[in-house]
Amino acid sequence: MQLSFRELVTAVHGMLFGGFFLMALFGALLLLMEQSDSRVCAADAATPRPTPGWQRAFLVAMPVLGWAAVLSGAYVIYPWYRAVAPTGADLTAFPKFLLTASPTTAGWHTLGMEWKEHVAWIAPMAATMVAFVMLRHRAVFNASCQVRNVVLGFAAAAFLAAAIAGGFGAMINKKAPVQGGRIYQIQGGAR
Amino acid sequence: MMQTQVQSQALPNGPVAAAVVACGMGAATLAVLAVAADGSPALARALTFAKPVGPLSGVTTVAILFWLAVWVALAARWRWRTLAFGRVAAAAFTLLGVALLLTFPPIGDLLLGR
Repeated sequence: MQLSFRELVTAVHGMLFGGFFLMALFGALLLLMEQSDSRVCAADAATPRPTPGWQRAFLVAMPVLGWAAVLSGAYVIYPWYRAVAPTGADLTAFPKFLLTASPTTAGWHTLGMEWKEHVAWIAPMAATMVAFVMLRHRAVFNASCQVRNVVLGFAAAAFLAAAIAGGFGAMINKKAPVQGGRIYQIQGGAR
Repeated sequence: MMQTQVQSQALPNGPVAAAVVACGMGAATLAVLAVAADGSPALARALTFAKPVGPLSGVTTVAILFWLAVWVALAARWRWRTLAFGRVAAAAFTLLGVALLLTFPPIGDLLLGR
C-alpha cells in the first residue's frame, strides 16, 4: 500500500482542510439557523447569552481551515496540476493536459477547475466575516435578527462555494489525479 | 420588547455593516478580476505574481488586499454609526451574487464574447 508525496499533500488539502472546512461550515449553518429563528432571536436580544468556549474555538478554526484549504490548493497543488507537459511526455503526470487532451474529459478542466479555482476563495472570505461578526460583535449579532439573517446568508454562500470547489476537486482528482514525488510505503510491500 | 429596541438603538451596527459590505466587495473584485484576466493576456501577465500559480496568484492577492483595505476603511468610518441594515444587506448580497455568477465560467465566457 503506497502513497506518493503529491497524493499525500492532495489528501491533506482536500480531505483534511477542505473536508473539515465544509463540515465546519455546515455546523455553522445549523447553529445560525437555530439562532435566526425568530423566537430564539427575540429571547437572545432580551437576555443575551455568553458565547460558549467551544463555540469560540469552533469559530476560529472554521476560517483557519478555509484559508489552509485555498492556500495549499493554489500554491502547492495547483502548480503540479497546471505544469506544462513537454512534447511526448506521459500525460498522467500532467493532470491539466491529460484532461484537455480528450473532448470527453476537457470539461473537467474548462468548467470544473476554472470554476473551482476562483469560487473557492469566496468561502474563506465569507467564513472569516461570519466568524468575526459572531465573535467580535456578538452584542450587535444578539440584538438584531436582521444581522443574524445576513450572517446566515453569507454562511450559506460560503457553504455553496466550498461545496462546488470540494465537489469538483474530488471529481477532477478521480479523473486526473495529481501524483508523483517520493513514494511512501504505508503497509506491506511488493510481492 | 422595549428592552430589545433600546439595545438595538444603543449598539452601532456600523462595524458589522463594514464587515458585510467589504466581504461582498472583496468577492465581487475577485470575480471581476478573474474574468478580466481571462479576457486580457496583458492583465493575466501583470497578475502573475507567482509563475507556477499563474494569474490566479495575482487575482486572489489583489482581491484579498482590496477586501481587507475596504474592511479597515469602512470599519473606521462607520465605527460609531448605525446604518439602515436592510440597504447594507441588499448591497452586500448583490455584490456576493455578482461574484458567484461571474465565477461560473460560462457566464464569464458569455461576457467575453466566446
